[in-house]
Amino acid sequence: MADAYDVIVIGAGPGGYVTAIRAAQLGFRTAVVEREHLGGICLNWGCIPTKALLRSAEIYHYLQHPADYGLTIEGQVGFDPAAVVKRSRGVSQQLATGVGFLLKKNKVDVIWGQANVPRPGEVVVGPPKPDAAQPQNPPPKGTLGQGTYRAKHIIVATGARPRVLPGIEPDGRLIWTYFEAMVPKAFPKSLIVMGSGAIGIEFASFYRTMGTDVTVIEVLPQILPVEDAEIAALARKRFEKQGITFLTSTKVTQVRKGTDDVTATVEDAKGARQEIRAERLISAVGVVGNVEGIGLEKLGVQFERGLVKIDQFGRTGVEGLYAIGDVAGPPMLAHKAEHEGTVCVEAIAGRHPHPIEKAMIPGCTYCQPQVASVGMTEAKAREAGFELKIGRFPFAGNGKAIALGEPDGMVKTIFDAKSGKLIGAHMVGAEVTELIQGYVVAMNLETTEEELMHTVFPHPTLSEMMHESVLDAYGQVIHK
Amino acid sequence: MPIDILMPALSPTMEKGTLAKWLKKEGDAIKSGDVLAEIETDKATMEVEAVDEGVLARIVVPEGSADVPVNQVIGLIAEEGEDLSAAASAAAAPDASAPASPGVVKPDDQVLQYERPGATAGAPLTTGTAEAFRGGKPLAVSAAGVSADGSGRVFASPLARRLASQAGLDLGAITGTGPGGRIVERDVRAAEKAPKVASAAPIAAASQPAAAPQLAASGKVPDVRNAAAPTAPDSVIKTMFEAGSYEEVPHDNMRKTIARRLTEAKGTIPHFYLSLDCELDALLALREQINASAGQSREGKPLFKMSVNDFVIKAMALALQRVPDANATWTERAMLKHRHSDVGVAVSIPGGLITPVIRRAESKTLSAISNEMKDMAARAKARKLKPEEYTGGTTAVSNLGMFGIRNFSAVINPPHATILAVGVGEKRVVVKGGAPSVATVMSVTLSTDHRAVDGALGAELLGAFKRLIENPMGMLV
Repeated sequence: MADAYDVIVIGAGPGGYVTAIRAAQLGFRTAVVEREHLGGICLNWGCIPTKALLRSAEIYHYLQHPADYGLTIEGQVGFDPAAVVKRSRGVSQQLATGVGFLLKKNKVDVIWGQANVPRPGEVVVGPPKPDAAQPQNPPPKGTLGQGTYRAKHIIVATGARPRVLPGIEPDGRLIWTYFEAMVPKAFPKSLIVMGSGAIGIEFASFYRTMGTDVTVIEVLPQILPVEDAEIAALARKRFEKQGITFLTSTKVTQVRKGTDDVTATVEDAKGARQEIRAERLISAVGVVGNVEGIGLEKLGVQFERGLVKIDQFGRTGVEGLYAIGDVAGPPMLAHKAEHEGTVCVEAIAGRHPHPIEKAMIPGCTYCQPQVASVGMTEAKAREAGFELKIGRFPFAGNGKAIALGEPDGMVKTIFDAKSGKLIGAHMVGAEVTELIQGYVVAMNLETTEEELMHTVFPHPTLSEMMHESVLDAYGQVIHK
Repeated sequence: MPIDILMPALSPTMEKGTLAKWLKKEGDAIKSGDVLAEIETDKATMEVEAVDEGVLARIVVPEGSADVPVNQVIGLIAEEGEDLSAAASAAAAPDASAPASPGVVKPDDQVLQYERPGATAGAPLTTGTAEAFRGGKPLAVSAAGVSADGSGRVFASPLARRLASQAGLDLGAITGTGPGGRIVERDVRAAEKAPKVASAAPIAAASQPAAAPQLAASGKVPDVRNAAAPTAPDSVIKTMFEAGSYEEVPHDNMRKTIARRLTEAKGTIPHFYLSLDCELDALLALREQINASAGQSREGKPLFKMSVNDFVIKAMALALQRVPDANATWTERAMLKHRHSDVGVAVSIPGGLITPVIRRAESKTLSAISNEMKDMAARAKARKLKPEEYTGGTTAVSNLGMFGIRNFSAVINPPHATILAVGVGEKRVVVKGGAPSVATVMSVTLSTDHRAVDGALGAELLGAFKRLIENPMGMLV
C-alpha cells in the first residue's frame, strides 16, 4: 500500500491540474493521476494548439492584404504546413512543461497511468493504456508509477473526447477528429466539416484561410447553435464572404471513403439529397464524457446523459467521491472545469465557496471574426418571459475598429427592462474574445445598466463599443 | 447664473423632508428673508427663508413632494437682470439620479447570525444537500450584508438594491448570501417571495405575533433576522381583516418617526422600572399660594399659572442635579455625564406626540418653566416647533394624570437615560403613625436605561425626586 493522500485528482487536464494545485494550496496532501499528457486536451489538443494555428492563419491573412495598410510585399507570401504545425506543437509542449513545473512547485505528486477506483478512498493506477498491446506513453520524469493509492477525497476530472457518429467513425486518415485536424501533414484542398460548434467553426476558419475549400454541414438551422441568432447570422455572412459554404438544417446520412477522398451524402430538411466530395472530413459533432474504465458504475455514482451527476460542490453522492469539468456536465469548457474544481476542493476544505453560476460562464470562438458571449441569447430571454431592452453597436461606428481595418462586427447587449439586469451579451468581430470579460465581471457584480453607463471606457478602444451598446439599449447611443 | 434653492437640513439628523407648500409663485420677486416654502420634517413644519434676492425663476420640486433629500435643488432664483426663462432652463434639471435612499441600517441594529453548515465531505447528493448548500444558508462569519465594523453600511449589489427598492423591501432586513455576505439578486427574490409563503399559511398561524418563525420553518427564507422589525409584512397583516372593513390611512412623517424611534428604543434599550408614591398635599398648597400671588398683565390675565406638572419638571431637574450620575447618556464607548438637566416633556398633539425640551430646567424658576411649557405646547400643536427645541435632552417627563391614569411605564426617548411616568394625584388612604389617614397621592414610575442607570442609582434619583415633591419649598430656593 503506497502513500495516503488527502486528495487524489484523476486527470491532469485544465480542470484536474488546477484543482490539484488549489487543493495543495489549501494544505491538502495531493496527487494527480494522468495517463497521457499534463494539461489534458485543452492544452495539448484543444484550446491552446488551435489558437497557435489560428494565429498563423491570421497573420497569413493580413500578409495577403498588405495594400489595405499601405504596405507592399515583394515576392510570394506562402506557408509551410509542417512549420505551422510544428509551432503549434511547440506552444503546447511549452505549456505542458509549465504545468509539470507548477505541480512540482506546489508539491503535487503526479502518478502516471490509468486510474480505477475500486472503492471509495482507494485509487488503483494501472498502465497508461489498459490494452497492453498499445504503445504506452512513457511516464515523464519524477512521476510515481502504478500501484494502489489511498486518499480521503477522490476527484474525477477525466474530461471528454470527440463524439463518434455510427458509420462515420474517424479513421485517422480521411475522417478526422480534432486530433488529426491539429497535425495535418499537408493542408487538404477540400474539406467537409461536420458540425458548426466552436470546434468545427475554428477548423473551418483556419483551413479556409489557408486556402482550403470548406463546406460546413450543420444539422440545426443556425451555425454556432448556442450563440445568439443575430450574431451567428452576422458571423455566417462574413464566413461566406471568405468562401466557406454552409449547409444548415442538413444532416450527413452516409460517408463513402475513396482512396484519398471522401464522399458525403447529405440530406436537407425537405429531404433533398446531394453528394459532396472532399479530400478530408472533420467530425466535430460534440464530445462525450470519459466516464468509463474508472469503476464509477460499481460505486453507485449516478449518471445523467452519459455524464456524472454532481451537486453544486462536485459531490457525486458517494462518500469521498467527486467529479468536475467536462465529465460532470456542460458547458464543456476549460474555464468552467477550473472553477468547478476550485469550488469542489474549497468545499472539501470547509471553506464556503459560492457555487458556480452557469449563466455567467462566457464562451469564446476564435474564428475570423471572433465570437464571444455570456448569458442568455435574445431568443432564450424572450422564451424566459423577460421584457427586454436590447442594445446593438456596430464595429463600423468605433474609431479603433476602423483604424484596425476591422469594420465588421457587432456588440449586442440584452437587459431585463424591469430591473436593468444585464442578462446577456453577445459579440462578433475582432478581439471580442478579449472584450467579453468586461461584461462577465459586470454580471457577476450584478451591475445594472446604470453602473455600466457610468463607467468610463478608455478611448480609443474596441471596448467603447461595450459602453455604446449599453447606451443604445437605453436610447442614449452616441456614435450610431 | 441662477441661484439654487436647496432643500435645507433643519436638524443635524434630517435626511429628507416633505416640501409641504410653496408660498411664492414662479415669477414672484424675492427679498432676502422672505418665506419661500414650508418644509415638513419629522415632527414639525418649518419655513424656508430666502437668503438671496431676485425672482423665483422656477419651482423644481412641486409642493406636496415627500422624501425630498437634503441639498436637492427645489427651486431657482434668477438674479436681478437675469433672463428669467434662460435662468429656468439653463440650470441643471432636477437631478433624477439624486442620491437614492442609501439603505442604511443603524450600526446598533440587532442582527442575528446564522450558521452555514460545514461542508462535510461527501455528504450524500440524494439527501438534497445540494439545495441546502445553495448559498441560501447565511454565514456564521459575519452578520451577513451588514458590515462587521459597525459602520452600518449594507453591502448589496446594484441590482439587489434596485430590486429591493422596486419591491419596497428594506435591504437591512435581508440576509446576504453573496461574496462576503453581500446581498445579491437571489436574496431579494427570496425575500420577495416570503410574504406569499406566509399568506398561504392558515390564518391562525399568521395571526401569531410574528409570522417569521413560520417562514423560517419553511426553510426558504433566511431573511427573518432583523430583530428591529419583527412585524409581519403589510400584505400578511391585511389578510387578517376583511377587505373594506377598515380605512387605510398612510403614515405621515410624525407617525413614521414615532414608530421608528420607539421600536428602536424598546428594541435596543434595556428598560428597568421603579415605582414610588409621592404625597402632594404640601405641593398643592404651595401651588395655590403661588398662583394666588401671581401679578396680572395689562390685559388682566395672571402672569403665570402653575400646574402640578411644572413642579414635576422642576423636581426632576433638581433631582438629577442631586444624583448627577443618573443624568447620563449611554454611548458605545463612553458615558456622557450631563452638567445640565434638560427635561423633555411629552406633549400630545393631533396625530401623535412630541417632546419639547426645557433646557437647563434646574436653573429656571417655576414660573419660567411654566410659561416656556405653555408656549412650546401651543407651538407643538401647530407643528411649529423648531427641531432644536425637540431634540436632545437628558431626561423626560410623561404625565397622563389628567386622564385619571394611576400609573404606567413610559418608553425611554433616546438619548435620554430615564423617563418619569406621572400618574394622577388622588386622595388615598395612607397609613401614618400606625393609623389610616387621607392624603393626596401621586404614583410615579421611573424607566431607566439599565446600561446607564442601575437599579440603586435609579432608586436614589427617584428618592430625591420624592423629597422635592413632598417638600416643595426646596424648589423655590
